[in-house]
Amino acid sequence: MPKTIAEHPALADKFNQDEERVNWHDQTLWWVRAKRDKAAHTLPEWEELRNLASQIKHNVLANLSEYLIQFEENALKNGIQVHWAADAQEHNAIVKSILQKQGVSQLVKSKSMLTEECHLNEYLQQEGIEVIDTDLGERIVQLAEEPPSHIVLPCIHKKKEEIGELFHLHLGTPAGNADPDFLTAAARLHLREKFLTRKIAITGVNFAIAETGEFVVCTNEGNADMGAHLAEVHIACMGIEKLIPLRRHLGVFLRLLTRSATGQPITTYSSHFKKPRPGQEMHIVLVDNGRSRQLGRKDFRNSLKCIRCGACMNTCPVYRRSGGHSYHNAIAGPIGSILAPNLNMKDYADLPFASTLCGSCTNVCPVKIDIHDQLYKWRQVLVQEGYAPAAKKAAMQGMAFTFSHPAFYRMAGKTGKWFMKTTPFVINNNLNPWFKQRDMPEPPKESFHDWYKKNRQQNGHA
Amino acid sequence: MTIGLFIPCYVDQFYPKAAIATLELLEKQGLQVVYPFNQTCCGQPMANSGFAHLTQGCNNLFMQNFKDVDYIVSPSGSCVLHIKDHLHAENAADEPVAHHIRKRIYELTEFLTDILKIENLKARFPYKVGMHQSCHGQRGLKISQMSELVAEPFSKPEKLLRMVEDLELIELSRKDECCGFGGTFCVTEEAISAKMGKDRVKDHLEHGAEFITGADMSCLMHLEGILRRQKSKVQVKHIAEILNSYA
Ligand code: SF4
Repeated sequence: MPKTIAEHPALADKFNQDEERVNWHDQTLWWVRAKRDKAAHTLPEWEELRNLASQIKHNVLANLSEYLIQFEENALKNGIQVHWAADAQEHNAIVKSILQKQGVSQLVKSKSMLTEECHLNEYLQQEGIEVIDTDLGERIVQLAEEPPSHIVLPCIHKKKEEIGELFHLHLGTPAGNADPDFLTAAARLHLREKFLTRKIAITGVNFAIAETGEFVVCTNEGNADMGAHLAEVHIACMGIEKLIPLRRHLGVFLRLLTRSATGQPITTYSSHFKKPRPGQEMHIVLVDNGRSRQLGRKDFRNSLKCIRCGACMNTCPVYRRSGGHSYHNAIAGPIGSILAPNLNMKDYADLPFASTLCGSCTNVCPVKIDIHDQLYKWRQVLVQEGYAPAAKKAAMQGMAFTFSHPAFYRMAGKTGKWFMKTTPFVINNNLNPWFKQRDMPEPPKESFHDWYKKNRQQNGHA
Repeated sequence: MTIGLFIPCYVDQFYPKAAIATLELLEKQGLQVVYPFNQTCCGQPMANSGFAHLTQGCNNLFMQNFKDVDYIVSPSGSCVLHIKDHLHAENAADEPVAHHIRKRIYELTEFLTDILKIENLKARFPYKVGMHQSCHGQRGLKISQMSELVAEPFSKPEKLLRMVEDLELIELSRKDECCGFGGTFCVTEEAISAKMGKDRVKDHLEHGAEFITGADMSCLMHLEGILRRQKSKVQVKHIAEILNSYA
C-alpha cells in the first residue's frame, strides 16, 4: 500500500464529509475509553502503578545498551537466534533471508506494529512471498488493502456491513450477511487452513525480559500462539525499547496494558516464549529504526516508554473525529504524532499540529508519557527546522510585532477591526476558515481598555 | 495587596463585559486592582503554533507591566497557563521578575477559591447552566479533577457556581471533553475543530442548558460561534459575569 503523503487537515476534512460515520467512530472509541476508566477505577493503586511502570521504563531507557546485551546473552543461552537490525530495510532483509533458507514463500503473521512500521508486508509481497495476517482486525484491513487505522483495533474505522461485504468478496460468505459471530466463524475457518499449512510464523513482542531472555506476546484471539505452536520456524520482531529488566516487573505492565487498551482486566492470552521446542527454530529480530536517535533527543526520549496500548488514541478528541488514516503513519494518534517526525521530519511535520494540546492523552497514558508537552516541543523544533508554511510564518511575525507594540496594537485593534481580519486566529486568509461553520463574535462598541479609561481613570493607573 | 488585572487581547477586543465583571468581582472583595495600560497578549498563539522564539517581545512587555504587583489575575485559564509555563526573561538578571510572575499569576476562579478562600457570594442567576471545563485550565492548572485520573473529584469553578442563588448546574455526558478551539487549531484544522465544537454544544443542549459558561473565554467564543450559526437561543457567559450578576 503506497504511503499517502497528505496533510492531516486535508485527510481529516475528507473523513468529516460523512458526519454520521464520524459520530459512529467517535462514539465507538469513547465507549472503549469509558470502559478503560471503569477498569482503572477498580484499582485504587492505579496512579501508583502508572508511576511504577514509568520509572521501570525510565531505568530501561537509561541503561538500554546493557539490558539489550543481557537479553541477547540469555536468549542465546535459551537457544533463540538473535538478529540486530539498524533500520526497516535491514529488518525486512533479515526476515527474507530466514524465509529463503527454509525455501518458503508463505507465512502467517500475528499482530505486530513493528512490521507495519517497517512495511514488511509490502516488501515481502514484492519479493513474491505471501503473508497472511492472523489477527482478525489485521486480516480485515489486509483484505481491504488498507493499513490499520488503530494499533489495537486495526479496523475500527470499518462498519460491520463493510466487513460482511469484504468477506463476501474474498471468503465467499453470503452477500448481505453482516452478523459479527457468523463472520468471525468464517474468518476462523479460513485462518485455520492457513495455520495448518504455513511453516513459518511471525509474531510481535509486547515485552522482552532481559533477566531471562524470554519474551511475552499478548493477544485476545490466541492467534499468535496458534501460529507459533504449529510453525517450524517462529520469528519474533521487536523494537529495542520493548525490554523490561526483570520478570517480576511484568505484573505491573500486564495489569496496565489491557485495562488501558480495552478495559479488560487482563489480556486473554499472555504467552511466554523462552526457548524453541525440540526441532523448532526460534528467531528474534531486534530493531532500532530510529529509536536510538529518539533516545538521544532529550525532549522526546520518554516517547520510547510506550507500550502500545492505544489509550491515547481512544481518548484523543481529534483522533476520534479524524480517523487513524488521517495520520498517514503506521502509528496514529497522539503517540504516533511524536514518533513519526523522528522517522522523517518533512513527511510528518503536520502531525504535532493535529492536536488541541488538551492533555487527555498524557492523563490516560499508563507509562505517563508527557505526550501533549512533547507535541508542543515538536512544534518548536519543526518551525526552527523550517517546516512551517510561509503564510503562517508571515502571520506569526506580524502578530509578534503587533503584540510587542502596545500603541500599534491599540490602533490596529480599534474594537476588533484588525482582529476580525487577522484572527481567528492568525492565518491571513480571505476564505476565513473560522467562518465556514461558525459565526464571528460581534465586536462591541468599545474595548475593555477604552471602557477602563472612561470609567476608572480616576484610579490614575496607566 | 495589589492585584494586577490581565485582560487577554481577544477579551479586551470582543468580550469587555467579561473583563468588567472580573474587575468588579475583585473590587467587591475589597482588593486594590490595577490595570496596566500597555498590556496586549500573552504570546500563546505564537508559542502553540511553534513560534515560541517570537514571543520574547510579549514576555518583556508582560514583565514590564506586571513586575510590581503582588498577584496577577486573569479571566482566561489558557493564557495564565502559558505565562506560568513559558514566560521567561531575556537575560539572567531579569529572571527573578519572570519567576515572581510565573508564581503569582492566577486564573480568576482559582484565585477566588485558593487565595481569597471565599465561601459565599452575593449573586443570583436563575437559569440552567452548563459548565464547559476548558482543558488548559483543567488539565494544565488543575482547577478541577480530570476524568482520566483515579482521584477524588473537585472543581473550583463549580464550587463557586454553587454559591450562586437559583442557579441550576446541569450534568453533561462527557464531563471534560475538549471543545476543539485550540488556538490556531481552530483554523488550521477547521473540520475537526468545528466538529468538536458542535459535539460539545450538543452535549449541553441535550441536557437543557440555557447558558454555557466557563473560565476561558476563548472556548466560549468558539462555542458561541457555533450556537449563533445554529440560530440557537442558548447564550455563553463567562463565569465572572455569572458570579458578578444579581438577576
Ligand atoms: S503513548 Fe501511552 S497511552 Fe499511548 S499507546 Fe503508548 S502507552 Fe498507550
